[in-house]
Amino acid sequence: MKRQDQPVVSLDHVRFCWPGQTSDTIAIDELQLHAGEHLFVRGSSGSGKTTLLNLLAGIHTPTEGKIQLLGTDLASLSPSKRDQFRADHIGVVFQQFNLLPYLTMLENVTLSCAFSQRKRVRATELADVAASARQLLRDLNLADQLHNAPVNKLSVGQQQRVAVARALIGAPEILSADEPTSALDADNRDRFLDLLFTETEALGCTLVFVSHDPHFASRFNRSIELAADSRELANDL
Amino acid sequence: MTVLRIALKSARFRRANLLLTVFALAISVTLLLGVDKIRKETRSSFLNTVSQTDLIVGARSSPTNLLLYSVFRIGSATNNVSWETYESVAAMEEVAWTIPISLGDSHRGFRVMGTSADYFDFHRYGNKQSLNLDSGTQFAGVYDTVLGADVAKDLGYRIGDEIVISHGLVSADFAGHDDKPFTVVGIFARTGTPVDRTVHVSLAGIEAIHVDWQGGTRSGVTLDAEQALKFDLTPTAITAFMVGLENRAQTFQVQREINDYENEPVTAILPGATLSEFWRTISTVEQVLFVISGFVLVAGLLGMLTTILSTLNERRREIAVLRAIGARASQVVTLIALETLLVVSAGCVLGVGMLYGLLAVGRPIVTRRFGVNIAITWLDATQIGIMAGVVIGAVLVALIPGFVAYRRSIQDGLALKV
Repeated sequence: MKRQDQPVVSLDHVRFCWPGQTSDTIAIDELQLHAGEHLFVRGSSGSGKTTLLNLLAGIHTPTEGKIQLLGTDLASLSPSKRDQFRADHIGVVFQQFNLLPYLTMLENVTLSCAFSQRKRVRATELADVAASARQLLRDLNLADQLHNAPVNKLSVGQQQRVAVARALIGAPEILSADEPTSALDADNRDRFLDLLFTETEALGCTLVFVSHDPHFASRFNRSIELAADSRELANDL
Repeated sequence: MTVLRIALKSARFRRANLLLTVFALAISVTLLLGVDKIRKETRSSFLNTVSQTDLIVGARSSPTNLLLYSVFRIGSATNNVSWETYESVAAMEEVAWTIPISLGDSHRGFRVMGTSADYFDFHRYGNKQSLNLDSGTQFAGVYDTVLGADVAKDLGYRIGDEIVISHGLVSADFAGHDDKPFTVVGIFARTGTPVDRTVHVSLAGIEAIHVDWQGGTRSGVTLDAEQALKFDLTPTAITAFMVGLENRAQTFQVQREINDYENEPVTAILPGATLSEFWRTISTVEQVLFVISGFVLVAGLLGMLTTILSTLNERRREIAVLRAIGARASQVVTLIALETLLVVSAGCVLGVGMLYGLLAVGRPIVTRRFGVNIAITWLDATQIGIMAGVVIGAVLVALIPGFVAYRRSIQDGLALKV
């Protein structure tokens, strides 16, 4: 398949500078990720980790250079097409507060499919969307009796797993995670990462995982570091 | 799940705040529609009190005063019109019919009006409607009475009951004419006009109860009901009379003739013109009320805007989550605008509900206390216009938080700065 040899994520001389600032927040000369690769992005706060994820998600467009996801140049799409692209191909997990408090666990997960026809179709390959969501939640150790519970009753660890289920339903090619473990304790952190790896590997999903904590770096097959001044980029370790 | 469903669920989650906003808006809507409703009803009720009557004639006084006491039974006549004057006007060839009115007595707070049988035939109200008897017959005997609908209902009278008329306008059960009781022979159907609150007797009846009275008190002699009938019961004076002409085109000419009547100073008025004129003088108040309720509505909308803008801070996470899973910026704007629309629609619906609730509760009280009959009808074009204005205004207002949310979602991106 063509997809296999084409990089899922490709950055080419990407510069991003916030309006009114003199130095670039992001400066990455070259970065390519292939399907199923797990990238660890390390950087202290203010190093532009979140900006990088916003660039990959098509929320921001680079000041210079080119970002291609699955062979599509994001900058060539209109803002609403970029939103649709994100809905179709990218799953996002935040640090915390990932869930909509007025929806149940199951509704939070299936919500992804409401914005993406593609995810909806892919999530219904086996059964219906709800069944796929339930299966994902089960895989993430969230028992059936919790599925219809209001999410604000859940522990932070459970909430983060629901967020992963929501990001992975419909099997997007890219999963973007912004310090998803920062609100978890050490034990939960490792277990969370185990689950994240298992699920992304099962789906062949490319993972971009951002954290300030170098502790995890060894578990990823690729790792980059965003320097505090953002000008330097330590390439693959 | 559509954006609408998300908006609904999100709104439900924050319902305490939003319900208060809805309630505040509902009150403004009720107020605005209520003021509009009441002014229209008052106006039509007022202008419809008398119809088809070309002239009202009474002792010389201001037209408004004559109108108020003859039609609305408000206030008292300054003077009477002599029976001769009445007869000579009635005899004019342009005059088709007349209805004499003799006021001054009361029955338990309701005015007693002496009149002739012509009242049953020629009195018109509303849209040329004539008086109908709900039960019984017209008065025939001297001591017969026909009651207005409210009199019968409020006092629980039925055909055959005997009532006693009080001298003057006292409201207590001061039985001034207890020696000559009247028998209820008929009850009028409801008209929504002062007729409902009037006790009607014949002119002869008014004369009969005053036969043994002089200068407002009982004279030395007392005559019982039977004896009184032996007297000539033709009145010497009446309070006022209504005139219907053969040809309406002659109204002004006849009015001038009556005003120039030599033997007695009398005033003839055109009821329609005097009603409108009188209404104009009091309509300023009503316009001021309307403007005030308009401002209340604006305040309500601004309150809503404040509430929704202040919730945007709490909703930053929600918006970032929606953006992350692929919601377009335009969908975020729609979400916020939908919420505003929901709040306003709910406010309008609740406001209309409260309006009808209040009307249902307040109607009998208003009718009783002010004699204004408020019809419960569907919203008319103006009122629907008012509501449409509210909704359109709200949608325009909704664009403000929508725009703010849009700007923020672009700025924040997927970063949750909380």
